[in-house]
Amino acid sequence: MNVDSIKNGLVLDHIKAGRGMQIYHYLNLGELTCPVAVITNVQSKTSGTKDIIKIDADIDVDLDILGYIDPGITVNVIRDSKVVEKKHLELPEKLSDILRCKNPRCISSTEQDLPQIFTLADRKKRVYRCLYCEANAADIVKQTRN
Amino acid sequence: MRSLIDIKELSVAEIEALLDRADDIIANPKKYAEVCRGKKLATLFFEPSTRTRLSFEAAMYELGGNVLGFSEAQSSSAAKGESVADTAKTVSCYADIIAMRHPKEGAPLVAAMNASVPVINAGDGGHNHPTQTLTDLLTIRREKGKLSDFTIGFCGDLKFGRTVHSLIAALSRYTGIKVVLISPDELRVPDYVKKDNLDDCGIPYTETTDLMSVLGELDILYMTRVQKERFFSEEEYLRLKDSYILTPEKLRSAKDDLCIMHPLPRVNEIPVAVDSDPRACYFKQVLNGKFVRMALIMMLLEVEA
Repeated sequence: MNVDSIKNGLVLDHIKAGRGMQIYHYLNLGELTCPVAVITNVQSKTSGTKDIIKIDADIDVDLDILGYIDPGITVNVIRDSKVVEKKHLELPEKLSDILRCKNPRCISSTEQDLPQIFTLADRKKRVYRCLYCEANAADIVKQTRN
Repeated sequence: MRSLIDIKELSVAEIEALLDRADDIIANPKKYAEVCRGKKLATLFFEPSTRTRLSFEAAMYELGGNVLGFSEAQSSSAAKGESVADTAKTVSCYADIIAMRHPKEGAPLVAAMNASVPVINAGDGGHNHPTQTLTDLLTIRREKGKLSDFTIGFCGDLKFGRTVHSLIAALSRYTGIKVVLISPDELRVPDYVKKDNLDDCGIPYTETTDLMSVLGELDILYMTRVQKERFFSEEEYLRLKDSYILTPEKLRSAKDDLCIMHPLPRVNEIPVAVDSDPRACYFKQVLNGKFVRMALIMMLLEVEA
């Protein structure tokens, strides 16, 4: 299968197979007017199969969201059809307005103007906790803030 | 400028210094009678309290300072929908230090992020209560002479019991501590409290639903009330509220030097008949709370005797 190479834009590579569409939705790529390709189950030398997303436009993507969903992703920045930068992601120390705390006792449940902040409590186990009430993000239904 | 939101913000050395200062205040109260002259403490209590609010106020008065504030949300602009952040900014214009109790977890942190004066967390929902922990640590040290090498049992509502969470966090930094967690299955200590403080610090602990099976092993028994205000279901509260009642008969199997603690208020988990038992320390805790809050106010206002 051939997908046209892009001239200026981003290639999100090494996405864990099956997560491509999840990332497509998290980054709201459906709202872009430029060509976007989500390629799933691509053969990978290192991980068997992987997903790839190609975005044919020079846009800013939220690396914190990407790092939270899949820190193994590589973000390739393309200029004039050449890779000019490779960004290797890691779990961000802080997630701002990405998750929403669902603890009804949390101050963020009543004060709507408060930023929703989660901090990395355990890198090894990928545990994030609400800054205010320390609720575990794993107990929270993930959703982006509109 | 510094606030106190979580007991873990204080190092062991800082806690020791606060307890030393509290001991000195107990021994030499006159020395401290004027150290906060001209300073004002604002007590912002969005939730009912007897001991914590009055002990903060008594502490400030005994340091020579003054107090302003409110004791229920309905008598503040919170009733009109004012945010915690705006309340903190406003009160910073009137007071030198704030003590805040709020039913929502994290509210004092939000206040500290917005205030221009130090903020003390005086209890936030079922989350943290660091000044109760300082009170508890002072009581344990004065009763046992040390903060290491003992077995402490926590009994009752360990899920919503903020005093329990904070004390476990504080004790996890000392050596030779063994913890016994006694609660109904529905009110067990949250996993993150166990993980962050007991597992990560290598503190040995056991969990049980049966108080009598472990009472004889304990050097300290920390009783708690099943808190009606933390339940969304009245039915659930009624089912669990009488899980543990510590009677004089039950105490016959306890050690002679057991230290019985309770953050108060109690309902029926410790009958009045236990008050005359020399092992009952919960009213000593109340008194210690005032002295340790005096020490804390001095530390955060950076005043010396």
